[in-house]
Amino acid sequence: MSTTNGMIGKSVKRVEDKRFITGKGRYTDDIVLPLQTYACFVRSPYAHAKIVGVDLEVAKAMPGVVAIYTGADVAAINGVPCGWQVNFKNGDTMKEPKHALLVEDKARYVGDAVAVVIAETREQAKDAAQMVLVDYEELPVTVDAAKAVKPGAPLVHDLAPNNICFDWELGNPKEEVDQALADAAHLTTLEFVNQRVVPNAIEPRSYNAAYDAVSEKYTLYTSTQNPHVIRLLMCAFVLGIPEHKVRVVGPDVGGGFGSKIFHYPEEALLTWATKNINRPIKWTAERTESFLTDAHGRDHVTKAEMGFDTTGKILGLRVKTYANLGAYLSTFGPCVPTYLHGTLLQGLYTTPKINVDVTGVFTNTTPVDAYRGAGRPEATYLLERLMDLAAHEMEMDPAELRLRNFIPPFDGVEQPGFQTQVALQYDSGNYEGVLTKGLEMLGYKEFRQKQQEAAQNGKLLGVGFSTYIEACGIAPSAVVGSLGARAGLFEVGQVRVQPTGKVSVFTGSHAHGQGHETTFAQVVASKLGIPMEDIDIVHGDTDSVAFGMGTYGSRSLAVGGSAIIRSLEKIIEKGKKIAAHRLEANADDMEFEHGQFTVKGTDKSVSFGDVALTAYVPHIYPKDLEPGLDFSSFYDPANFTYPFGCHIAVVEVEKDTGKVALQRFIAVDDVGNIINPMIVEGQIHGGVAQGVGQALFEGAEYDSNGQLTNATYMDYCMPRADDFPLFETATQVTPCPHNPLGVKGAGEAGTIGSTPAVVNAVIDALWSGGHQVKDIRMPLTSERVWRAMQTPVNT
Amino acid sequence: MIPVAFEYKKVSSVEEALTSLASGGEGKLLAGGYSLIPAMKLRLNQPALLIDIGDIPALKGIREEDGEIVINAGTTHNDILHNDLIQQHLPFFHEAAKMIGDEQVRNRGTMGGSLAHADPAADWPALVLAADANIELAGTSGKRTLKATEFFTGLFSTELQENEIITAIRVPIPAEGSKSVYLKFENPASRFAIVGCAVLRLPDGRINIAFTGVADFAFRDAGAEKAVSGKTMDDAAMQEAQTAAVVGVDILSDNFASAEYRKHLAKVYLKRALQAVM
Ligand SMILES: Cc1cc2nc3c(=O)[nH]c(=O)nc-3n(C[C@H](O)[C@H](O)[C@H](O)COP(=O)(O)OP(=O)(O)OC[C@H]3O[C@@H](n4cnc5c(N)ncnc54)[C@H](O)[C@@H]3O)c2cc1C
Repeated sequence: MSTTNGMIGKSVKRVEDKRFITGKGRYTDDIVLPLQTYACFVRSPYAHAKIVGVDLEVAKAMPGVVAIYTGADVAAINGVPCGWQVNFKNGDTMKEPKHALLVEDKARYVGDAVAVVIAETREQAKDAAQMVLVDYEELPVTVDAAKAVKPGAPLVHDLAPNNICFDWELGNPKEEVDQALADAAHLTTLEFVNQRVVPNAIEPRSYNAAYDAVSEKYTLYTSTQNPHVIRLLMCAFVLGIPEHKVRVVGPDVGGGFGSKIFHYPEEALLTWATKNINRPIKWTAERTESFLTDAHGRDHVTKAEMGFDTTGKILGLRVKTYANLGAYLSTFGPCVPTYLHGTLLQGLYTTPKINVDVTGVFTNTTPVDAYRGAGRPEATYLLERLMDLAAHEMEMDPAELRLRNFIPPFDGVEQPGFQTQVALQYDSGNYEGVLTKGLEMLGYKEFRQKQQEAAQNGKLLGVGFSTYIEACGIAPSAVVGSLGARAGLFEVGQVRVQPTGKVSVFTGSHAHGQGHETTFAQVVASKLGIPMEDIDIVHGDTDSVAFGMGTYGSRSLAVGGSAIIRSLEKIIEKGKKIAAHRLEANADDMEFEHGQFTVKGTDKSVSFGDVALTAYVPHIYPKDLEPGLDFSSFYDPANFTYPFGCHIAVVEVEKDTGKVALQRFIAVDDVGNIINPMIVEGQIHGGVAQGVGQALFEGAEYDSNGQLTNATYMDYCMPRADDFPLFETATQVTPCPHNPLGVKGAGEAGTIGSTPAVVNAVIDALWSGGHQVKDIRMPLTSERVWRAMQTPVNT
Repeated sequence: MIPVAFEYKKVSSVEEALTSLASGGEGKLLAGGYSLIPAMKLRLNQPALLIDIGDIPALKGIREEDGEIVINAGTTHNDILHNDLIQQHLPFFHEAAKMIGDEQVRNRGTMGGSLAHADPAADWPALVLAADANIELAGTSGKRTLKATEFFTGLFSTELQENEIITAIRVPIPAEGSKSVYLKFENPASRFAIVGCAVLRLPDGRINIAFTGVADFAFRDAGAEKAVSGKTMDDAAMQEAQTAAVVGVDILSDNFASAEYRKHLAKVYLKRALQAVM
């Protein structure tokens, strides 16, 4: 594309930060409507309990109470839908129990909503909610996915025998993989848990629903990553309200990490109830409520086996995973452990035979769904842990082992894309490149030297590698449709040139912290050759943006940006016609650069601003051309994009306590072309912090009664700035061959790559001290590492 | 995160605070609020009346008096951290203050509040125990002074009576040549102590050892003290102290540290602390 005024590739400061940093952001909870009321949910304190009765008498008499609803009031309404269908191996559709807006018969996890109290103030709602007397009859509980499928385990839903939602497989026939592994000279086996984590967006979920009786129109303000998707799901599947009567607005959103993609029961319930009471209703989750009810991430129990020949070449991979889906199917719950996990098990390697088998399981826990990276971190963790472990076991160098197995470089233009054994076709890649660069930055030889010296002095240093790939830019509608998606995954970008040449861009990619207002404006500025100040990026409102699928799966620039490019191309094409007419030239002879339409080979030109004005004041104007300069495009990508990279962690483990100190973190990422390097680096930093968080600090701890025992920040450990060294980052650029910007996406890379690097580093440190451990369960708390060191030392 | 409704009263003297405490029955003192308010927001604590003692001049400040450092109960962690007398005479108090919470917590939280709250993982209890401090209390029926070693009685419980206020903490200035240290293994989430070990080594050979975070309440470790007091601190003595430490103590267990691991950590931290005062 033309980079006319050089805005591409510049670390422009984020325009949205002015309002965020000065406290001028406007979030859902900041919105107070006339006659506002407030909701408080009554939630089950038990993980599994029959609701024998609900006594509302005392609560109804409490001051300020406007209305109280229970499961019986909404029994006739549909539950919130699941947006992705996964089939059993035998072709049967997955088990799909109703996810009611309020439960009527049984509560199935701690936090399941039993009733809602609506009152004049937030405090009154809370006080009255405490007086709703629910008679529970406790039932036996199941929390662990691998145990929940065993005969005799308590049943979460009667319609799902053995708590199995689906069983699913992908890849080569199992017998072929079994054979490959049987023939292997070395087999590395790893049984591990990819633990459940809590998303912890800094802004809790918040909704404010209003109804206008005159126009019969609803408005829902919601802290969401995708307002149009929420409107579609809520209108078409839950409430049956026509879409043109519903406006969904996502104002500023303080982080989501996936958890705000989904359509939650509270959204639909408030929208339903606002009409009943004819007043707006607002609800904002308390922090512990967020812990209990925002869809969680990960939670896989896996056995993975990788076979190698004598030279370290991978011969096959066999994976069995039990994926915990929680008590109900969240919007994309079933897709994460299957199509976003199984499909990534090729990794960067030429593995000829792969078979992955996933059982989706219901348990008495919070629903599980996409969390930054969604399935791809789990796949990467599996592969990269296997690679480092195999290297230890075979006494090979982990970097060398990778180099022997990498898919050779291909650009997707001259050389074709790489067809994996697990459905996907990679677009372009240079995998050796990122590893080589990472090793250079690390000073690998010197590090190994230092590690040996340290070990002699009784210190444990370790290095861990992770060379990852991810499927982003989600995704071609036809492909995801064939894989079970119940929606298209295109994106919409509308460009409206105002009469004065200023530009409003309407995008379906609704930002929740990523900096779209900056990156997108840079793209438009470059393409049109106008200053960024002349461009306004509008997102997050179904009344102003035509349509949109939203922000997740690192898709905003690759898909949303491409849609904007398409519209810009249409603008320029029409502009050429207008300019040609003005200059009495042929449209084909026009070129557009630096904001000027010029007749090729002459100095006859007219500016973009003049053309814009002419489009709206069409006095001297082509006969067959409509006035105006405003185009909308729906962009449906040809393929996913496949960013990749190499992450390297260096740790020191304190021998007498097991405490891990992260000393260095190196990230070499290839996210395709880069529009704003500072924003990309910021995304990597945040992602790495989150991924390291999973490795060392975070983890939802359910006890056997299904109580989440660490649902506060006193107990759930979030990573903090002082837990980290300065990150050492670098990028390599392998453009995406199939989208106009050549971009791949950077939002999840950090989270996907970093986790196994850190765990591998700790295990490497332990091996350097003679503790030949295969696995330590995440998060690697000091105690777990210390315990791992109590195993006998092999020298 | 919404507390139950309560009344609020700001008082300007200890006497006024005591009268308010005695009048209603349901009143609770509010100092920095950094333990009380979070508990109220979780509705674990639902006082009908908050008596704000945060602005009582008599409860602020640090002075030297009769061979003691007197820390008035309303003195904040940060005031302690930046006080010259503390740095000079009680360097381990200075070190400990640095490790409490973050800047906001240190700016509001008070030593009196911390001792009254008696969180099993709070830092100050270990310090006042190791320093052989005395705690001054005022009540409607007069004043009394308790030894720190008599003050803590259980999980979140102390000898403090409902109608009493902690007014000051009196810490004897350790003799010239004393050495002290406070070391803390933090809970990574809360950054409270999983194990906190305060050691004061006096020139006459006595060694005071106190632990926090390990059990229901902070305690002096008589066994460990006996193993090292008056001895040359060689490897053998150190070993003996580790063996004798945290014996007969009911050790806490949580997601981050089982009883077994906590016990191990206590011994590791004891050793490090003893090495630091050699
Ligand atoms: C994020 C965070 C991190 C923290 N980290 C640490 C840490 O690392 N280490 C640590 O030790 N602490 C930590 N704390 C606790 C902090 O030190 C508290 O400030 C302290 O425990 C209580 O002091 P306060 O003045 O805030 O008391 P308040 O919260 O006001 O009161 C606590 C209790 O003491 C009573 N009380 C207060 N003053 C008196 C008095 N003079 N006489 C009698 N009763 C009184 C109150 O009635 C109440 O019951 C942390 C707190 C937070 C919020």
